[in-house]
Amino acid sequence: MAVNGFVGLYIFMLAAFAGWIIVGNVPAILHTPLMSGSNFVHGIVVVGGLFALLNATTVLEQAIGFAAVLLGAGNAAGGYAVTDRMLAMFRSSADTPQRAKHRHVRAHHAKKA
Amino acid sequence: MLISLSQIAIGVTGFAAAFLFMYGLKRMSSPATAPSGIRVAGVGMLVAVAAAFLYAFDVSPAAQPHLAVNIGLAIVALVLGGGLAWRSGKTIAMTAMPQMVALYNGMGGGAAGAIAAVELFGAKTNGSSQLVVTLIGAFIGAVSLSGSVIAWAKLDGVLKKPFLVRGQQAFNAALLIAVLLVAGAIVFATAGGVEPVLSVPALICIFFGCALLFGILMTLPIGGADMPVVISIYNACTGVAVGLEGFVLQNPALMIAGMVVGAAGTLLTLLMAKAMNRSVVNVLFKKFGPAAKQKQGAMTGSLKPVAAADAAIFMRYAQSVIIVPGYGLAVSQGQQKLYEFVKLLQAAGVSVKFAVHPVAGRMPGQMDVLLAEAGVPYDLIVQLDDINSEFATTDVALVIGANDVVNPEARTVKSSPIYGMPILNADQAKKVYVVKRGDGKGYAGIVNPLFYDDNCEMVYGDAQAVLIQMIEAVRGLGSAAAA
Repeated sequence: MAVNGFVGLYIFMLAAFAGWIIVGNVPAILHTPLMSGSNFVHGIVVVGGLFALLNATTVLEQAIGFAAVLLGAGNAAGGYAVTDRMLAMFRSSADTPQRAKHRHVRAHHAKKA
Repeated sequence: MLISLSQIAIGVTGFAAAFLFMYGLKRMSSPATAPSGIRVAGVGMLVAVAAAFLYAFDVSPAAQPHLAVNIGLAIVALVLGGGLAWRSGKTIAMTAMPQMVALYNGMGGGAAGAIAAVELFGAKTNGSSQLVVTLIGAFIGAVSLSGSVIAWAKLDGVLKKPFLVRGQQAFNAALLIAVLLVAGAIVFATAGGVEPVLSVPALICIFFGCALLFGILMTLPIGGADMPVVISIYNACTGVAVGLEGFVLQNPALMIAGMVVGAAGTLLTLLMAKAMNRSVVNVLFKKFGPAAKQKQGAMTGSLKPVAAADAAIFMRYAQSVIIVPGYGLAVSQGQQKLYEFVKLLQAAGVSVKFAVHPVAGRMPGQMDVLLAEAGVPYDLIVQLDDINSEFATTDVALVIGANDVVNPEARTVKSSPIYGMPILNADQAKKVYVVKRGDGKGYAGIVNPLFYDDNCEMVYGDAQAVLIQMIEAVRGLGSAAAA
């Protein structure tokens, strides 16, 4: 897919607006998961790393490409793991204890019962 | 050139990933839908990564002989990097979350920089404009990598003190100019117009060296308490770097995802700086110290200590209590005990809410996560703007491990370094209890006149120890009544 300079600029502008508006609606209570969630999203860089590594022709390119995939995969997997863990902790008073996923929460309810 | 099937598949999956990322982030606008939001984004990531192996069908003829080795390397890198980060992400303590996010972010920046390095060393960029975009992305990615690692080291306590050498800012400026000159030399040398003094690969090495050093030196002087703003900036930077490399690789999914994160990170940075009453420039280039050393007027009134048990029993018979948690609570790991105490109060018919300042904790919203981890339902956690009017009609404000965020000087004293910072109006409650380790000052280094108010009493001690005493006092009351 060919993306020339001006099409690129349009994509960047629209994406920036979309990001600004989507994130502007997120309440402060979720700002930490949001930061780690957006951190996860730029883990898509691993796809670029894979492209670079698969097209590598020299040992140097292979080494740097390997590093790109390694780091990008770490970004994506780590970002997902922490965000998912954090978000699973948020529950409302209306939630039943069974729905609460975290072990601390379960421990609390066990004590109560 | 005909478009092959694999190219179509990569295009479609990239499009799907970009859509799922934005839809996932959109679902993060409420705690009820947020968990599904990250899963939606996760599906997008899996699909995009799996489809990326289809690049194997379209590699350049020069890369064909290496293809088997390269695919093997890719799988090893994915499993190794993904597996290690996944394990650390699943096991890290919630209080250590900020430095972990910094580290993952640095990895993303490093990956963007590495992609740029492959493009540069392999001379694969097509034309000067692509080369310039590659270099900009490489610079931002490299700065984000080294800066994030320093941020991680600071938050993790590996590096303890802000480190500022005389003339460091001038040196940073010189370094930036050097980066620009080297980048210019690379562009001209590649275009073939000018014979470079050094070979292009050597110039590329110098370029990355300077960029990495710049990231380190930019971040070192910034104090640990300002690190959340810095992480947010680097998060935005990594996003932009990924977006720019996406343009170079002609991959719209990377462009969209990167730029969405760039905008999101910028907005978060501004929100955070506002909540801390600082400008972003102020965080990056100035220290907090000098402004905080202003003389303060003498305090009228006195500090009135009170026993934890007495405060607990007073709250047990109150109508309404608002709790203001601060980082001191997290330091003493007292969140679980706090919620236990709150449940006792609720059982006695007291209305309890949590008032959370936007920058409570070491990252915006970290206190909300720590309370959620302890089992506090999110509908009890109320943000600053929504709860400030309620303090005046509340019986007790219980301030635990927080200081500057309840300092009324921010409203009235123009000379105060925190003047204008949004604060929680705990001083307006009928009674204020402050749980604190000692008479120490807050992060801003100023005395808090709230502590000297007539309606304020101090409960001295470690937050968790105090809460255990409070729980015992209220429980003892219940058993005495039963007997």
